[in-house]
Amino acid sequence: MKAFRGEPSIFASARPEDKRAELEVKNLTLRFGGITALNKIDLAVHTGELVAIIGPNGAGKTSLLNCITGYYKPQEGRIFFNGEDITNLHTHTLTELGIGRTYQNIELFPGMTVLSNMLLARHVHCHYNVGKASLFSKSVRNEEVYHREILEELIDFLEMQSLRKQLVGALPYGMRKRVELGRALALEPKLLVLDEPFAGMTLEEKEDMVRFLMELNESWDQTMILVEHDMSVVMSISERIAVLDFGVKLAEGTPDFVQSHPQVIKAYLGDTSKID
Amino acid sequence: MRKFQFHPCGNFKESYNEEIKIFETDFGRLWLLIGLVLLFGVIPFISSPFMLYVLNTVGIYAIAAIGLNLLIGYTGQISLGHGAFFGVGAYAGAILATKANFPFILVVPAAGLITAAVGMVFGLPSARLKHLYLCIATLAGQFILEYVFVQWESLTGGAEGISVVGATLFGLDLGNDRTFYYVIFVCLVVMTWIAVNLIRTRYGRAFIAIRDNDRAAEGMGIPIFPYKLLSFAISSFYAGVAGALYAYFMMSITPEPFNLWLSIVFIAMIIIGGLGSIPGSVFGAIFIVALEEVLSHGTEYLMNVGPSAGAAITIAPLREFVFGLAIVLFIIFEPKGLAEVWRIVRSNFRLWPFSY
Ligand SMILES: Nc1ncnc2c1ncn2[C@@H]1O[C@H](COP(=O)(O)OP(=O)(O)O)[C@@H](O)[C@H]1O
Ligand SMILES: [Mg+2]
Repeated sequence: MKAFRGEPSIFASARPEDKRAELEVKNLTLRFGGITALNKIDLAVHTGELVAIIGPNGAGKTSLLNCITGYYKPQEGRIFFNGEDITNLHTHTLTELGIGRTYQNIELFPGMTVLSNMLLARHVHCHYNVGKASLFSKSVRNEEVYHREILEELIDFLEMQSLRKQLVGALPYGMRKRVELGRALALEPKLLVLDEPFAGMTLEEKEDMVRFLMELNESWDQTMILVEHDMSVVMSISERIAVLDFGVKLAEGTPDFVQSHPQVIKAYLGDTSKID
Repeated sequence: MRKFQFHPCGNFKESYNEEIKIFETDFGRLWLLIGLVLLFGVIPFISSPFMLYVLNTVGIYAIAAIGLNLLIGYTGQISLGHGAFFGVGAYAGAILATKANFPFILVVPAAGLITAAVGMVFGLPSARLKHLYLCIATLAGQFILEYVFVQWESLTGGAEGISVVGATLFGLDLGNDRTFYYVIFVCLVVMTWIAVNLIRTRYGRAFIAIRDNDRAAEGMGIPIFPYKLLSFAISSFYAGVAGALYAYFMMSITPEPFNLWLSIVFIAMIIIGGLGSIPGSVFGAIFIVALEEVLSHGTEYLMNVGPSAGAAITIAPLREFVFGLAIVLFIIFEPKGLAEVWRIVRSNFRLWPFSY
């Protein structure tokens, strides 16, 4: 795909280890009291892949993402990222390791501008200490300018030039989703985790979002996990799809395979009787 | 030579460096310069001794209020222990000066560091507690420290306190209010500048993120608890520096002033001045000290005018009442505090005569 817009320098890293994102979820079980939100889930994501997780509401998709990003601690099972056991690490450590995400219910800071929101994501890439910061020394100034340049490139890439100084709280819902994607990209994630990035969007907004995600994945080798409960978009963009229902992985495979899988059809037709 | 910019309109920024400046226009910088000239070149010479005393009090409280605003206004961690931290700074300063014979120039930062350490200890509950619960935990801290001030007699002199006299800085007598005015206001200017710098770097951004949405803050790679502790440390450092200055300024300290009331007065300063505003903290300190002086002189005046003495005794407790009223009125009518009033006045001037 040809990029007509900005080519953010943070995407263009030549070092393969900067893009390496090997995620392995093994036998993951998560319970809330009596509810088993995730039941013995296995999932692997390899560098450069775009993997989608679909399933009806309440299937456990968000819970799985929350385990991968450290918000929930599973009772059983392990999660590995680039060979490291990350099951019990804190969210902020995972962000530093290169897992960036967006949230189903948009967790932006509504009182801040688009730019300030994105600047927050540069936290782990700032290297100065408190002493230097309190004096705002030359090196701090240079770093701040550098981060600003990075953000401008991302703003160009996501076509948000006219929004940069606007308060996020005043933006339409679809735009907020885009800002949140921008903020997640500013983290320079090796693995980008998106929770329902198309939810609540108009058709045009969905098309834009698909375009960004496709370009990220195809031109910049961005590894992604994408959660969605609407099958149609997902079918056209992902290489591999995992289907969850009631915390169980029903099927995993190519869009065609998943689409014709009898249990998946059953789950999507709303048949809630016990499935094998 | 660069072009001067006097109006925040039509000045197109050509580099990101220009955007991170504190003042948008050279007008702002010019006003700062005028303010500094007035502060150091004019005010100390035209002020009466009483006025100097009041200004020095304002300066000391303003430093502590900036610290508290970093903690409450920016990080969202409510503390009812700031008065006690101020006391820790005062005692640390007095003890270092009298028992360890530290020179003034070392005492003040050392007292700040000691108080920062104490503040971090009393900030530990913030790992688990939020909002009202944290408030109560810091209240406990306030009472524990008050108890220590009174009971640890070998160190604090108990109820009699400690007297600090004859301090000098570069051979200048710090007992002189005018000399001390310079010391206090140099400290205030430096501490204000540091606070503004912290706010515009990743530390300030992390504090604000924790205040607004700690879940998302964590997703941005900000370790919540260490940053809360850092905020407690920085805030207490400010309280400690202010406390040490206070010890030298009062020349003798006893446990009484560092009570819960003082903590509340600090909170009143930042609410009235404007939560999450550095200049607001200074405005709040000015407002509260002025209010205190007006109220105490008002009642004193009434006492001395024979027939109204009885009335004065009944209005003496009105001080607390007026205080509370001022806070409530600000919360209702200008929740963003004096900082917002100042912003409105300023923009009205700028837009005059086309203020719409
Ligand atoms: N924090 C929580 N506490 C209790 N139950 C939860 C929590 N988070 C999710 N669940 C439960 O786990 C199940 C899966 O929810 P979720 O992962 O949000 O589904 P999805 O994102 O697929 O719609 C639901 O039954 C939900 O009620
Ligand atoms: Mg969900």
